[in-house]
Amino acid sequence: MENLVNIFVKSIFIDNMIFAYFLGMCSYLAVSKTVKTSMGLGIAVTFVLLITVPVNFLLEQYVLKKGALVWLDESFATLDLSFLSFIMFIAVIASIVQLVEMVIEKSSPALYNSLGIFLPLIAVNCAILGASLFMQEREYENIAEATVFGLGSGIGWLLAIVALAAIREKMRYSNVPAPLRGLGITFILTGLMGIAFMSFLGITL
Amino acid sequence: MEKVEKEPLLSAKNRKLLTNPLGIDNPITVQVLGICSALAVTVKMKPAIVMAISVTVVVALSNLIIALMRKSIPGRIRIIVQLVVIATLVIIVDQFLKAFAFDVSKQLSVFVGLIITNCIIMGRLEAFAMANKPWPSFLDGIGNGAGYGLILIIVSFFREFLGSGSIFGYPVMEKLGVYKFGYEDNGMMILPPMALITVGLIIWFQRARNKSLIENK
Repeated sequence: MENLVNIFVKSIFIDNMIFAYFLGMCSYLAVSKTVKTSMGLGIAVTFVLLITVPVNFLLEQYVLKKGALVWLDESFATLDLSFLSFIMFIAVIASIVQLVEMVIEKSSPALYNSLGIFLPLIAVNCAILGASLFMQEREYENIAEATVFGLGSGIGWLLAIVALAAIREKMRYSNVPAPLRGLGITFILTGLMGIAFMSFLGITL
Repeated sequence: MEKVEKEPLLSAKNRKLLTNPLGIDNPITVQVLGICSALAVTVKMKPAIVMAISVTVVVALSNLIIALMRKSIPGRIRIIVQLVVIATLVIIVDQFLKAFAFDVSKQLSVFVGLIITNCIIMGRLEAFAMANKPWPSFLDGIGNGAGYGLILIIVSFFREFLGSGSIFGYPVMEKLGVYKFGYEDNGMMILPPMALITVGLIIWFQRARNKSLIENK
């Protein structure tokens, strides 16, 4: 249990997807103009991460890892399919995003309309594939750890995009030098926020 | 870039495809694509250059393949088709790096895999390759890969030079002997947030020189 809390806090603050690894930067910069839309995108990303990381974890454990296929037949003990992980992970992500889109469309049209175009675009958000690849690289031990990691990364991403959107809403009233306006100042803002987030590095859990 | 220019296939329009992404249509500073990996791999110059080459190869070949297939891809499932083509190319690049440049491939860690979701590739496929002939698409891919690489090299040059006092792993600052006069490396430049600020400053510089790129709002 302690271990799970550890992973959760770590994935939100210390290993924050945006500030420590710059994942999902494209949509982060493009969608963070208002708090409302960024909240919607953040929730969608969290939700997709919460599902895809455990699914990919199972895939890794029972299909892709070296000797993972022994449950099928003993002769597969030396088979190593890990070179296929990119294509498998991205296929899982793309199909889950499609599935989530259909479920939300049927069950909650209001949420579906507010997410709009962002939902299908999540499939190509680096944060989603990145989380699966980090899950693979860090060798989490069981599915609970992987799920908590997925949820934590999603919440960290949500936190970062909402914070940036709030600052950008305020920035409209300030006098930024013309060449820095828009993209330039957003980069510098994110950098400064990243430095602030680095203060969490000192925490040992 | 110079050596291909002699081919007759390169009309003035095609040359633009190669040169525009280096400056006024740069994928990172103007189109805002492919930021994720651009920032994470720029601590040292060597991984940055390997990354730039890998992305150029993938974007050029996937542009070419998608442009060849563009008439037979059904619109509704095009994203899946594009992802499969990209993922296949990335697996080839990844295996190649693991075989011939293992230490660099370790340094890049997950970021080689993340070329799949690099927005430059999807963005160029959607915006260019789906609507153009194979040869211009290929050039567009090379151009955008080079534009991406250019920013990567500039950012990693400053980060390595100021942060570790070396260029391409060669200890310039130590050879110059500036440490004796009390000079110290700026450890801040190695930290991830400084990559963002460096790109921000590059954007500032570029837009200050080229007024047409300024966003007015």
